[in-house]
Amino acid sequence: MEFGQYLGLTFAIFVTLAILSFLYKDNPFYRFAEHLVVGVSAGYFVIILWFQGLDDKLFGPLADGDWYFAYLNSSNAEYMIPAILGCLMWTRFSKNYSWVSRWPMAMYIGISAGLAIPLEMSNRVNKQLAAMMVDIKWDQFLGGADMLWLLDINSGLSQVLVLVGTMLAIIYFFFSKAHTGVFGKAATGGIWVLMIGFGASFGFTVMARISLFINRIQDTADWGKTAFDAAETANPNYHSGFQVVFWALVVFVIGYVVWEIMKTLKEPKATAQ
Amino acid sequence: MQAFEKLMMLDRRWIFLLLIVVCVFTYVFDFSIPILTEPETEAIYNFVDSLPPGDIVFIAIDYDPNNMAELHPMTYAVVEHCWRKELKIIFTSLSQNGPGMVDQALRDLSDSLAQDRTYNGVEFKGREIVRGVDYTFLGYKPYYAIVILGMGQNFRLPFSNDYYGTPLDSIPMMQGVFNYDQCAGVIDLSGGNITDAWISYGQGRFGFPLFLGLTGVMTAQYYPYLGSGQVKGIMGGLLGAAQYEELADNPGRAKDGMRIQLSAHLVIILFIVMGNIGFFASKRRLSKEGGA
Amino acid sequence: MKRQAPFALVFIFGIFMVIQFFVPHETSENAYEFLLDWIIIIGIFALALGIWSLFKVSTEKIKNRKEASEYSYITLIGLFVMMAFGFTQRTGESWGLYFIWILLCCACIVALMTMRASVDQGKKRMWAIGALVTLVGAIVVAIFDDAWQFYFTDPQGFENTMFRAFFDYVMMPILATMFALLAFFIASAAYRAFRARNVMASLLLLAALLVMSRFNPYLPFAEYVAKASNWLMNVPNLAAQRAIVVGIGLGIVGTALKVILGIERGYMGKG
Repeated sequence: MEFGQYLGLTFAIFVTLAILSFLYKDNPFYRFAEHLVVGVSAGYFVIILWFQGLDDKLFGPLADGDWYFAYLNSSNAEYMIPAILGCLMWTRFSKNYSWVSRWPMAMYIGISAGLAIPLEMSNRVNKQLAAMMVDIKWDQFLGGADMLWLLDINSGLSQVLVLVGTMLAIIYFFFSKAHTGVFGKAATGGIWVLMIGFGASFGFTVMARISLFINRIQDTADWGKTAFDAAETANPNYHSGFQVVFWALVVFVIGYVVWEIMKTLKEPKATAQ
Repeated sequence: MQAFEKLMMLDRRWIFLLLIVVCVFTYVFDFSIPILTEPETEAIYNFVDSLPPGDIVFIAIDYDPNNMAELHPMTYAVVEHCWRKELKIIFTSLSQNGPGMVDQALRDLSDSLAQDRTYNGVEFKGREIVRGVDYTFLGYKPYYAIVILGMGQNFRLPFSNDYYGTPLDSIPMMQGVFNYDQCAGVIDLSGGNITDAWISYGQGRFGFPLFLGLTGVMTAQYYPYLGSGQVKGIMGGLLGAAQYEELADNPGRAKDGMRIQLSAHLVIILFIVMGNIGFFASKRRLSKEGGA
Repeated sequence: MKRQAPFALVFIFGIFMVIQFFVPHETSENAYEFLLDWIIIIGIFALALGIWSLFKVSTEKIKNRKEASEYSYITLIGLFVMMAFGFTQRTGESWGLYFIWILLCCACIVALMTMRASVDQGKKRMWAIGALVTLVGAIVVAIFDDAWQFYFTDPQGFENTMFRAFFDYVMMPILATMFALLAFFIASAAYRAFRARNVMASLLLLAALLVMSRFNPYLPFAEYVAKASNWLMNVPNLAAQRAIVVGIGLGIVGTALKVILGIERGYMGKG
């Protein structure tokens, strides 16, 4: 790793700690990092949109034309039509002409809606219901040779449970009929099934969220190791400047924390959290 | 009992601090935990492992830096596995910050592939990864559903050039490769709604084998597609990535992170238990006072 | 015209896309590919609206000297610096006066914004002169420095070291850490809100605890816990999620039909 890269990595750790400082309270470092990423992300998106979007899809095909003829002398002059329609989108900001932006928007919405109908119906509804319209494995109703036969996901019992559970949950979502009597009891069964699904989602969500923090710990540890690991990593670009930068950030962070603690202790108890 | 109720009123910043201390403390102690693999992840590993050299795999890196903690380790594990097997890869990225993630992964993995390595007892010689021969990175286009449909007709429809501006027709690897039909399968690594589009607009319309790498938050929602056969395998969250690393014998950040995951989960479970003890204690006290 | 024509367009394009799904004829396929190509181009212009909105909001905040408007300078500088990196690349090994040019551009932006925000005419004039000087300096450096150049039709900027560095060391860590905060909020929520108030909440809790324990190899009967968790994911969870997926699918189809037939009109806005 070169020293310039290590400086970049140190800045990355600085902004990581700046964002994490929000857990204590809002502060100027957090706000700095927050506003910085908004601007940089927008700038990144402009570049991506330009090169991957406009340059590739519009200016590329029109490249054999001339801009002072509005590219009408290009062999792909028809591409000026979506370009004009796209520019009409910008009339949205005008008080008098914002109605013009509805035309390209209508085209986009119509195409999206039209695409969605057959594909979503097929994949979200038909195929899902068809997956349950299979022969029940009566010969393997309680599972295969596995010791935990009741927990065999391919057993006939599991197929029946999936079918019954899905129907109960779908019944719950049918609000056009009051949930009373037998129908109401079925809907209650549906809630039970849904609760298990949400519980499973929650379990995965906890793992997901913790993973995000684990990644920051790993990056911070790698930053620290790089400052001291000259022998292990055999970094030919290593010099003492790495450690200077490391300690500069560490001292800065510790100094800020101490300053905050002193400030909190000096505050009257009534205003302190 | 009132002690528990007082605990319930604890400033949440102490909870944050406890979680940080537990996670950092666990990280300091270097140990690994055995990873039990699941059939959903094994399906993806077996698919890649069964392909002969020269086959093309389509990998969609559809996530932003927000989700990289769980999905980047998957990318590294899967892509290295593919390249060690001398498979060719077509990358795309349908999320707006995804191209940068692909770019970074390609730089890191190119360095890694240059080293000799042994995985599962098989020795792999280091080699140079060549753009246009071993991989093509199509890049990004907005409106992912339309792009997925367009790629099914011809990759050149949405992507006339690759990410670096090279026309697809002049890329050696893309000669005779027009759409998903020439790919052995599609692996989508995604942190958002793009997966739904791959299932409905991609696999649903064109019928290719689809495998998913998902964040933990989304994983439970896609089991119906696994059950119906629309999706052949799922890697769920950091555990899914760790399982793939275990299968590929290529330990990385996912396996390293699972030990911290373990202690953090124990802390969360402790919080849930404490919270419920406090809740029941408070409920009992209120019912006694109400009765009295 | 202002409202009826767009609804007619929605109907025509919507019906065409539904019908063409079932028509394998070459003409239908060609028209379909044509529309897909066009809609991406139209959509790109729509996405640019968001960038313009961000720019407008930031400049208005500075101009009206709203609270914490100084952070808007950071947003604008970040925006322009990243764009500058993306449209430029060095021609050789040396950076030349590239970073001086970047600093001059940033100074120009700050001067312009502060000039707009100034009330005092003297200070306004001073900032205007500053903006002009830095702008002229930036133009001179751009014209005469051969160490780097602009690329607007060739994506050389993607390989600009600074562009990559800003992505790797600014965007990635900040975005990743912002979402990492959620780990703490879920811990706090688990402590304060996750209560087994009734049987259903207890069921949810038990399912969550089983899934969270599934990869713990130190539990007694860890292998069976993992299998039980796998069964929970593939049977009851699958049933629940399948019902939700079917419901969502029917909802999407229903809403799309309402949009095409003009029953759902909210997307057009008022007027």
